[in-house]
Parts: sequence; C-alpha cells; structure tokens
Amino acid sequence: MQAVLLIDFGSTYTKVTIVDLESENIVGTARAGTTIETNIMDGMNSALAQIPEPGGGWNFIRKLACSSAAGGLKMIASGLVKELTAEAARRAALGAGARVLEVFSYELTQKDLDRIIVSKPDILLLAGGTDGGNREVILKNAEMLSTLPVGLPVVIAGNKAVSDQAADILRKRHTPVVIADNVMPELGVLSVESARLAIREVYLTHIIQAKGLDKAEEFLERIMMPTPSAVLSAAELLAQGYGSEPGMGELIIVDVGGATTDVHSIAKGDPSKPSVMLKGLPEPYVKRTVEGDLGMRYSSEALVETAGKPLMDNLGWTNDQVLDQLSLYKEDPWRIPQTAEEAKFDVAMGLMAVGLAVDRHVGRIEVVYTPFGASYVQNGKDLTPLAVVIGTGGVLLHHSDPLEILRGAVFNPQEPTILKPQDPSFYLDKEYILAAMGLLREVSPQVALRIMKKYMVKL
Amino acid sequence: MEQKTVVLGVIGSDVHAVGNRILDYAFTQAGFKVINIGVLATQEEFIHSAIETNAEALLVSSLYGHGEMDCRGLREKCQETGIGKIIMYVGGNLVVGKQDFESVKERFLAMGFDRVYPPGTLPDTPIEDLRKDLGMTID
Repeated sequence: MQAVLLIDFGSTYTKVTIVDLESENIVGTARAGTTIETNIMDGMNSALAQIPEPGGGWNFIRKLACSSAAGGLKMIASGLVKELTAEAARRAALGAGARVLEVFSYELTQKDLDRIIVSKPDILLLAGGTDGGNREVILKNAEMLSTLPVGLPVVIAGNKAVSDQAADILRKRHTPVVIADNVMPELGVLSVESARLAIREVYLTHIIQAKGLDKAEEFLERIMMPTPSAVLSAAELLAQGYGSEPGMGELIIVDVGGATTDVHSIAKGDPSKPSVMLKGLPEPYVKRTVEGDLGMRYSSEALVETAGKPLMDNLGWTNDQVLDQLSLYKEDPWRIPQTAEEAKFDVAMGLMAVGLAVDRHVGRIEVVYTPFGASYVQNGKDLTPLAVVIGTGGVLLHHSDPLEILRGAVFNPQEPTILKPQDPSFYLDKEYILAAMGLLREVSPQVALRIMKKYMVKL
Repeated sequence: MEQKTVVLGVIGSDVHAVGNRILDYAFTQAGFKVINIGVLATQEEFIHSAIETNAEALLVSSLYGHGEMDCRGLREKCQETGIGKIIMYVGGNLVVGKQDFESVKERFLAMGFDRVYPPGTLPDTPIEDLRKDLGMTID
C-alpha cells in the first residue's frame, strides 16, 4: 500500500482522509473536534486513531494538510470604484480561499481603519486604478494604512505605475509587503491569478505560524493551503480532467454549512443563446462565492430573515414555531433533527440556502427594449446548460434527503432571468473528500481525479 | 508625450455599435488610449470607468433620439464623484425629429457638455477639438 495522509483542520472538526495511491481507494475517513487551543495535533491524532491501522502500522509516503482553523484566512480588500477594482479585489481574495471580512472602496477613512483594527484580518489586499490609471487613491490608502497601530501582511495588486511607491509607504509599518499584478490591468479585464498566488505565498510563509498551525508541520510535511482553496482546486480538476482521463465537465459545487453556504462554479458561463450582449465585470472560470447570511445553524436566524415569506409558505408553520426551532439551534448548533417536523424545517431551510446562494452566484439576463426591438443583456455567468451539480458539507451529508435540498440550485421558470442550471444531474460528495482531493492533486492529480469520479455518488 | 485616456460609449438603451467602433478606431489611430465601454452604457459606467482609468474626457454618443433624457445629470454626477472638471463631448442624433441644431446644442451645453456635435460629424473634428482642449496642439 502507498498510503497518503490528508488532513483538513476545519474550524470545528479535523477531518482525516487516508488514500492508497496504488489501488486508488479511500482507505478510511474520520473526524474529531479541532483542538486549536491546546495542540492542534491532539484532534488530528484522535481522528486518526479511529481508522483501523494495518498490521505493520501506518507508513505514509506523504502527509499533507489544509486548514480553515483559527478563523480561516481572514482578509480585508480595498479598491477604488466599488463595482470595479474593489470587486476585482474581493474576487481575488475569495479565489484564494479567504474569508472576506470587509471590502472598502475609494479613500480609506479613519472609520475604515478602526474596522480593520477590530476585525484583525490576516492579510490586507490593496487594489485601485487600472495600469496607468488612477494613482492618487491607492497611494493615499497606503499612507492611511501605514498609520495603523499594528503591522499586517499586505498584498498590493493595483495600478502598476505606483505599486513600488505604495509598497515603500506600506513597508514603514507593515511586513511583508508583496507586490502582485494588478487585479484589473485594463478596464473590465479581471486578472486575479497573480494576486491569488501572492496571497497563498504569504499564507504559507506567515499566517500558518501566526495561527499556531506550524506545530502540525513538525509531523506533517506542510500545510499547503486554506481549505476553500483545496476545494476549488479539486473542483477544477474534477471539471477539467487530467491528461487522458476526462473530467465531469463544467460543474457547480454547493457546500451548505452551519455558518455559510459556499458556491463554486467551474464554468465559462458564456451566453447560451445567440445575440446576447455581455455587461459588467468578466467572470472568472473558477468562481467562488460565500454567503454569510445563508447558514443552517450559526446563521440560521439570518437565513430565515433573508428567505422570508417563501420559506414560511413552504413550511406552513407559524412564526412562533419557527422561533422555537431557531432557539433550539441556538442552544445546540450541532443538533440533528429529532422529529419529522424538525427534519421538514431543515429541508425547507436547506432548500432556501441553496436556492439563494446559487441565485447570487449565477448571472442575470435582462431584456432591454430599444426602438429597434428587444435586446438581451447578460450580467454574470449563464449556467443554464450546466450538467453537474455536486453537494457537499456537513448539512447535506448528514441529511436523509440531500437531493431535496440540492434542487434549490435548479432554474425556476417563475424567475426566468436568473440563469441557474435547467436540467442538471446531482451528485453527493458522500465521503466528504473534496478538500482532501484538492491536496492529493498536489501529489498525483490523476489518482485524485479517479478517486473523485469513483466516490461522487449520483443522486 | 504621455498617452491621454478617453472613455467612449453609446449612452442609454442605444445599441448602435457601428459608429462606436469607427470612433474607437479613429481615436486610437490619433494616439489616444480609448476605454470603449460599448453600447447600452449607463452614466455610472462612464463615470466609474473614468475614475479607475484616470481618463481626461468622456465621449458620449447617442443615435436613437433619447440623448437628452439619457445625458441629463451626467455633469452633476461627475461633480459628485470627484471628476467634475472632466471634459465631456456628445454627438449623434441627439433628439427626435428635425429640430434646429443650434437649440439642441444650447440645451446640451447647458447640461454641462463642453462640445456638442451634429449628425454627420466626422471623427477628425472631435479629435482636433480634443487635442486643443487638452493643450496638445503645437501651434
């Protein structure tokens, strides 16, 4: 056996996956509570102990990990215009697997600085201006940031004409200060790859240590990346294939969690019908969105509020019944539904979370009436022809009827302007291996791909 | 000399793309960096693009007769967003019907445009004017 140990240090659970590279099988998976306060290895060891050891003991040829423990990778991004470089910076941070705490636009104010001090991000991403475009705002923002009382890692990805100057200003206070390519080199051109790599580099060299995760590196080779990056990487591999091994084609992965619902799409999203004009920022082929108000437990109150009347209609419950249920989840976020009624509540909530999260992820089509007839304008990705929707995350995996919840991702004829998949097949990441396979991709992409194809369960 | 940036677009629910491409070509050939935001452009898109790219001028086209409605308030929004002094040109079939161009011009000048062009203007005219307005002509 050629055993590889893959670990995901999550915010709540540490998940362990052991893979045999030879037989291309999952040898075992297990989880235990994450122990960041004491020693992060305690949780990992108790998870590992749950998997029966072979005769000669484990002999791992590789040991890799990703982490979203200790708050994950928390970032604050800043750009110039909200819809342009600030949005591009936000997407770069999300694509790097970060939790984006705030996105600021235009000139930073003292109030913005106070927010930065309070929310303690791990990395700041500073953008603004196209290459050769606006230079004043990013320089002023660098000046403002250099007055912060604490030093933070900063990635600069703005107007290249003043990047060095901005870095010099920031280095008076902050370290490291890394310069990446502009997230928007030309107007309407999104270029997030260089910023993403810079963020990952800073994460590996500085953040892991700052979070006390380096203790794990004595046993492991290294913590490779934040968990969301691992999931994105696995998603990309699964969609595209590797070498002669075909992938599953363009797909969406929906991760319904207790605090957020994350949607990943690996798809171009070009218009599926002729003569549609594209508007707005171009969409990244690998796109991740995180909805902080659409969680099933920690943010269940926010979800009820956001979902509003459709949820109540679907459930047929009174307001008090809903409030009672919410208080149960408040007491115990890990509560598993006890009765049929409670399960019904979970399905209705899950359906809403998936529906709204995918709504926000996909694009819109709009009819514009001109004196020469109707024209169609598309903003965002058209995912109507998309064939594969994959569900993952604790809530779906422990649910008796994940398909019912995942149906929220499907196109609704009553809302024809929202470009969700019309007739997809549904799969479940039953063994919860996507993050682990993102890690395995670093060792053997082919095996990671084959294992994913083998272990995704068609619903 | 440093290349000057201009934002070019067809404002409102107007889909006339041909003239837009010709202007893009002509201004690029004349040495400008053209940020072409294309057809169906909103006032906000003009302004946001100008802010990010540090543009010197907004070149607004309108061919379908609703230009007066679409352009109203553009100067005020520029002022509000900190680019109040940006040069603004407008041209095309700005109004419906056969109205006297002088009165049309007056209305658009009052709206805060620096220059207003009648239908049938060739690109050379605004290019020359822009060079003059930006102090680029050597004479």
